[in-house]
Amino acid sequence: MGYQTVKFYQTGTYTVGNRLLAPDERSVQAGERRSNSINSGHRACQGCGEALGARYAIDAAMAESNNQLIAVNATGCLEVFSTPYPESSWQVPWIHSLFGNAPAVATGVAAAMKVKGRSEVRVVAQGGDGGTTDIGFGCLSGMFERNDDVLYICYDNEAYMNTGVQRSSATPPTARTATTMPVGKEPGNVFGQGKNVPEIAMAHGIPYVATATVADLRDLEYKVRKAMKMRGARYIQIFVPCPLGWGAASHDTIKLARLAKETGMFPVFEAEHGEVTGVLKIRNKQPIEEYLKPQKRFAHLFGKHAHPEMVAHLQAIADRNIRKYGLLDEEKVNAQ
Amino acid sequence: MPNKPFAITLKPGTSLSNLTGSWRSARPVYLDRLPPCNNACPAGENIQGWLFHAESGDYEQAWRVLTLDNPLPAVMGRVCYHPCETACNRAQLDQAVGINSVERFLGDEAIKRGWKFDKPAASTGKKVLVVGAGPSGLSAAYHLARMGHKVEIHEAGPLAGGMTRFGIPKYRLPREVLDAEVQRIVDLGVTLKLNTKVEHIAQSMKAGGFDAAFLAVGAHIGKRTMIPAGDAAHIVDAVSVLRSMEGEDKPMLGRRVVVYGGGNTAIDVARTVKRMGGEPIIVYRRTRDKAPAHDFEIEEALQEGVMVKWLSTIKQAGAGEITIERMELDDKGFPQPTGEFEKLEADSVVLALGQDVDLSLLEGVPGLEVKDGVVQVGPNMMTGATGIFAGGDMVPSERTVTVAVGHGKKAARHIDAWLRGTTYLPAPKHELAEFKNLNTWYYSDAHKTVRPMLDIIRRQTSFDEVQGGLDESNALFEARRCLSCGNCFECDNCYGVCPDNAVIKLGPGKRFEFKYDYCKGCGLCVEECPCGAIKMVPEDI
Repeated sequence: MGYQTVKFYQTGTYTVGNRLLAPDERSVQAGERRSNSINSGHRACQGCGEALGARYAIDAAMAESNNQLIAVNATGCLEVFSTPYPESSWQVPWIHSLFGNAPAVATGVAAAMKVKGRSEVRVVAQGGDGGTTDIGFGCLSGMFERNDDVLYICYDNEAYMNTGVQRSSATPPTARTATTMPVGKEPGNVFGQGKNVPEIAMAHGIPYVATATVADLRDLEYKVRKAMKMRGARYIQIFVPCPLGWGAASHDTIKLARLAKETGMFPVFEAEHGEVTGVLKIRNKQPIEEYLKPQKRFAHLFGKHAHPEMVAHLQAIADRNIRKYGLLDEEKVNAQ
Repeated sequence: MPNKPFAITLKPGTSLSNLTGSWRSARPVYLDRLPPCNNACPAGENIQGWLFHAESGDYEQAWRVLTLDNPLPAVMGRVCYHPCETACNRAQLDQAVGINSVERFLGDEAIKRGWKFDKPAASTGKKVLVVGAGPSGLSAAYHLARMGHKVEIHEAGPLAGGMTRFGIPKYRLPREVLDAEVQRIVDLGVTLKLNTKVEHIAQSMKAGGFDAAFLAVGAHIGKRTMIPAGDAAHIVDAVSVLRSMEGEDKPMLGRRVVVYGGGNTAIDVARTVKRMGGEPIIVYRRTRDKAPAHDFEIEEALQEGVMVKWLSTIKQAGAGEITIERMELDDKGFPQPTGEFEKLEADSVVLALGQDVDLSLLEGVPGLEVKDGVVQVGPNMMTGATGIFAGGDMVPSERTVTVAVGHGKKAARHIDAWLRGTTYLPAPKHELAEFKNLNTWYYSDAHKTVRPMLDIIRRQTSFDEVQGGLDESNALFEARRCLSCGNCFECDNCYGVCPDNAVIKLGPGKRFEFKYDYCKGCGLCVEECPCGAIKMVPEDI
């Protein structure tokens, strides 16, 4: 990947900062003067992955655009917890319209800036997986197809969380939600449905598509900054665990994101004009159970009425991701 | 009604007015935990503390922090058996950090660059007599001098260093290294009187007007054992052999030399004999894994061609020949005779069976208690005689250089307090930083740097130092392998991973602070702290 992992600096670039690195090699988040685009006092749950991912991404976009940024927000947790009237946590120009039209609104803002000759002002649109992969999907595809000058960021927590954890097209198979209860022969969400929006975005041939997680900050910042250097339609999907909806401990948010990547369940890659150009390799491959067990939404797969065949199926999905994207180094593949 | 738009009743505001800290049932707090290396160090070094400076390449500062506890890093970096590395948490990840090799690098760097200790504190007007210029005496003298006391060392021998000079062979500790570190202590203002044997401690104290004394005469008398021997048998003790190596007249041991014992001293003698062109054979009554010598020393001796007869005792010594008996370990692991005998060619027999303390200087001192040949001291290192403290090999302890240096420091602190009419109370120990407190995901994979070893031919024929040192680049690498267990190293993880921006970064060297008004108590910072320097504590609700 395109950021430097400094060898032998105790922690390399795995940590947020590193006192041994030159200041210009450090992450945006390590800076004392980062913009804190979303400020304290927001009403996200304890350990919210989305609040964290949004600050990581928008701070990086602010740094790259020299603070000339407008953010458009779809309806969703991020919008609800950050702007309960009359308070706002945002420290950037920020607009919210409807659940499904954030890509279209962002297109409009970008067009307005162009008309006004303010090409230095950049536009980011953001939403959750519900607002992006389901409700806003038509507008999103249109924005891609027209190659509008917008970076769209999807914070993927794999369900509609603030309305009470209902299934979305990003919910993984077997997961329990309010609408996919763990009953019957194949409990939880079904296999064979859902959408892989990063791949759909790639199919539009847009300049840049990437995935990232809140567990790999340097990779996330690198991708946002790279996207901000480009013009046209760009899409980044950030994996943000949800302690409430997933039934996980609030302190495990980053650990779960890390395990999603290390198991191969969530492939982290980047693509330009429809072609994969880089992947974040798995450093220490883990079996899928390590990822599933800390989450209550998968609790029915284990225990007294376990479903090992469904766990095996999920493992097969992870293994397929590893093969498809080449997530393991050669020597690690051979060592298996 | 104020002038507001349609349907708007409230002023716009920021979420900062929403103090989410009230949601919390447990709060994160920063703490320093005790790193296992520091906990294991007999000299009480702040190892994690000095490695922190070495990591950033500030070797002088690292050396200064190191020498706050131990004035002999170049010696220690060679002869210490580094219990710190045995305790190191990194051993559970890949391999322990090479603390000993970095210590040696810092010690050598200090000698090369001529770094001096900071000037002592203001003079207290008190005078302390230190008896013996071994590691314990030197350490005590150094610490007392830095505390502002006037210190005089009386050393019976012709040179300073004690067992580090007269017991540890040159190939493990080159003498110029020892000399340089002793000189630095003398330069601090310590008076070193050589060839000055203290005959009666009370008299010497009175004559010199000393307010207190620290005794560290070591254990220099080789233990003997009864071996039936003919008139022509040549039997000597290990300590005198090693001591005579330092003088003009090298010991005459002949070609075939039998060394009797299984401790580090036996190994030292055998390796010394090998270097003088002899053929050493170690005879030890138990097995290799039961031998008190460190296994790496046995291994190095074997590499150099030292022969060992395990499970053997000497029954009889004659001219040019000895008789040994094969032993067997019983159920309890004790060696028992078998009645099987064997003859070995031997020009001389060296007894390496441990050492006793010469206690003659203590005669007539009231209150002083001697048990099992060693002087009894209290927890403050004071003997039964008021104002007389003791440490090193002459008190009950594990007899290593590192323990001796630790005794010197500890005694100095108590002597200082005693001279000021107070009591020294050590600060309470922090809780231990255990492996389970760490989040090791964040550390880069990096294997230990192996120090170069002298090639085998030169090890068999010369007294050149066996183990090489690190250079700047690999010392830096090795220092940076430190996990900084339990102590913040400012990686910014807590500052970064907080979803509520409830961590304030205070700037380089100042660490971080929590904004409890907004911290919701999710615990992410604790979980993602690599080194375990944060913990959750329940709120009083």
